[in-house]
Parts: sequence; C-alpha cells; structure tokens
Amino acid sequence: MNDLDWHWADDVHQHFRHFGIAQVSYVPDGGLAKLIQLCNSDETIRSVALTTEEEGVAQIAGAWLGGQRGVFLTQSGGVGNCVNMLSMVAECRIPFFAMVSMRGQWAETIPWQIPMGQATAAALEASGVIVHTAWSPQEVPEMVAACMELAFEGGRAVAVVVSQRITATGERG
Amino acid sequence: MLFRRDAVHKILEKRENSAVVTGIGNASHDVASAGDHPLNMYLFGVMGGAVMTAFGVALAQPERRVVVITGDGEVLAGIGSLATVGVERPSNLSIIVLDNQVYGATGGQLTHTAAGVDLVGIARASGIVNSVLIKDQKGLERALPEVYEKPGPYLAVVEVSPQSAPRVDVPKDGTFTARRFRSAINQEIKDHG
Repeated sequence: MNDLDWHWADDVHQHFRHFGIAQVSYVPDGGLAKLIQLCNSDETIRSVALTTEEEGVAQIAGAWLGGQRGVFLTQSGGVGNCVNMLSMVAECRIPFFAMVSMRGQWAETIPWQIPMGQATAAALEASGVIVHTAWSPQEVPEMVAACMELAFEGGRAVAVVVSQRITATGERG
Repeated sequence: MLFRRDAVHKILEKRENSAVVTGIGNASHDVASAGDHPLNMYLFGVMGGAVMTAFGVALAQPERRVVVITGDGEVLAGIGSLATVGVERPSNLSIIVLDNQVYGATGGQLTHTAAGVDLVGIARASGIVNSVLIKDQKGLERALPEVYEKPGPYLAVVEVSPQSAPRVDVPKDGTFTARRFRSAINQEIKDHG
C-alpha cells in the first residue's frame, strides 16, 4: 500500500482486532463509512446496525456485562440521542469506547448540523465521557489505541471525536 | 386477569442459569421479589434500554438464555429496539413485556397500549416471529417452556392487572449489580468451560 492509499480506518480496524473487539454497533454514517464497512466484513466482529444511536450505548454496555468488548460508532448528531442512556455507563462505571464523526464543526454548509455539532463534546463530557479530538487523519489510529486502553484497562467511558476536518463532508445534506 | 408479580415468579421458577435484565419501573421489584440473584441486572434508569442491554449480553453469551422482564411503557420508549432485534435474530433472547396499560411508577397515566397499540403485532412485523400474547393463567402455563426453549428472538406480552405490588429491597447500586452480574457470568465460564 502506498501513502496515497493509506486510510486511518484500516489501522483503527487493526487496533479493534488487537483489542479483541467482538461487537460494533452503529447508525450508518458517511464519516465512518470505511470503518463500518471493514467491521461489517470482519468475521470476528458482530457489527449491528441500529435504528437510533442510544440503542448502541445499551448494547455496548450489555456486551461488557456479558464479558465482551464492544465499540459504538456514531455521528455527532446521534450523541444527543444518547445522553440519558449514558447514565447507565456512568452509574455502573462500564468501560465504554465510542468513535464520533463530526458534523457542524469545520466548513459545515448545512446550518441545521451546527447546533448539535457545537454541543457534542460538551454533551459527552457532561455525561461523564472523556473526550479526545483528532484533527488530522494521521493521529486517529494512535488516539484510538490509547483511548481503548483508557476505556478497557482504565475502566472509563472514552470517546474519540474524528473532526470534520478529517471527514471533510461539509457538502453532504 | 393475571397479577404481574405472580406471573413473574412463575416465569422465573424455570430460569436455571438464565441471565435476567429488568426494565425501569415495577419490573425490577417484581423480579427481585422472587429472590435476588447474581445473574439479575436491574435497571433503575435508561428508559427504553432494557432490550438492547440484554441484546448485548445475548450476543456475548450465545449459549445462555437472556431474558428481559420489563413493562409496556419501557418497551414503547425504545420501540426501535424490536426492529434491531428482529433483524439480528439472537436465538437466545426472550423478551417478556408486562402490559398493564399504564405507567405504574408515575401515577398510572395511560400508555399507548391502552389505546390499542399492539406490541405483539409490532414485534411480529419487526421480524420477531415468535411473539405471543398471554392473557390468563392457562396461556402462561402453555407459554412457559417457550420462554427458555423456543428459538429466539422470542417475545411474550403478558396482560396484567394495573395493580402494583409492594416495593421490595433490591440493590440499586449499578456498580455493584453490574460487576456482580459480570463476575457470575465469568465464574460460570471458568467452572463449566
């Protein structure tokens, strides 16, 4: 693979395998599309499409209760749907790892995306989730690995926010 | 008409090593009143989250039956979960909905099932083919083996009286019940391979 073909999602997927991620839940999303597709075609990962994002918070909490590790993938808009469900993660202190792709943040052209985009990190932090934001593709894999360590070994709720500068999808409707 | 607590006790008599996840509201008390158990995960918040929590457990524990015991209001709050379960078809997941047609924990306001919303119909149309309505003792007796043996996903709506039963002493500390639950599952894995 030459440098032009490199995509952060390939390395993140390898980290998922290294950390023994067995369940991935997601609502379809453009910014994370490649990662979702890699998880969907990985036989060691049960990847589940949801009707709405809070289902994924509950599922990933259940995965840990059942002895497995899971990852929750969502767009920033979906974070707003998760606030109440994250109270289980906080109350039960469940190791929890999420990746959030941003809208309403960097060169956004759809004004409706901006309110939730601007509230995303604050909503996560108010819900007890540690937030790390990646601004360049190169830093995503290392940040994911470090944050999964923090989540699964440190026993915390952690989210990696993939900025819109990386996903560059301001033109999407 | 069935009384919720009697129905729950009858269902739990046959649980063996099944894991049980309860929904917010009276269901947690109904389950705890049958005897606290390390494989009970009581939810006292996250309205609408019981089915998906149990779903995550069910995927992680494919050899074990995972049973949700919850109310009609709680299931209505996470109704999309039935579609997700219907698509994913976990064969070891059973969902028991105690349908009293009211929000019993908040003063008895009517739920949508009181106006005719059909949870069995929604479940079947979502792909949970094995969905049944239990109206009386005879129906409960007939359905009992199915809760644990019928290939899942399985869903039973149990019509119960709106009368609530007394609250019981049930552990509410999530860090405690979650770790106890997870340890009990892992211990059994160690003990029985």
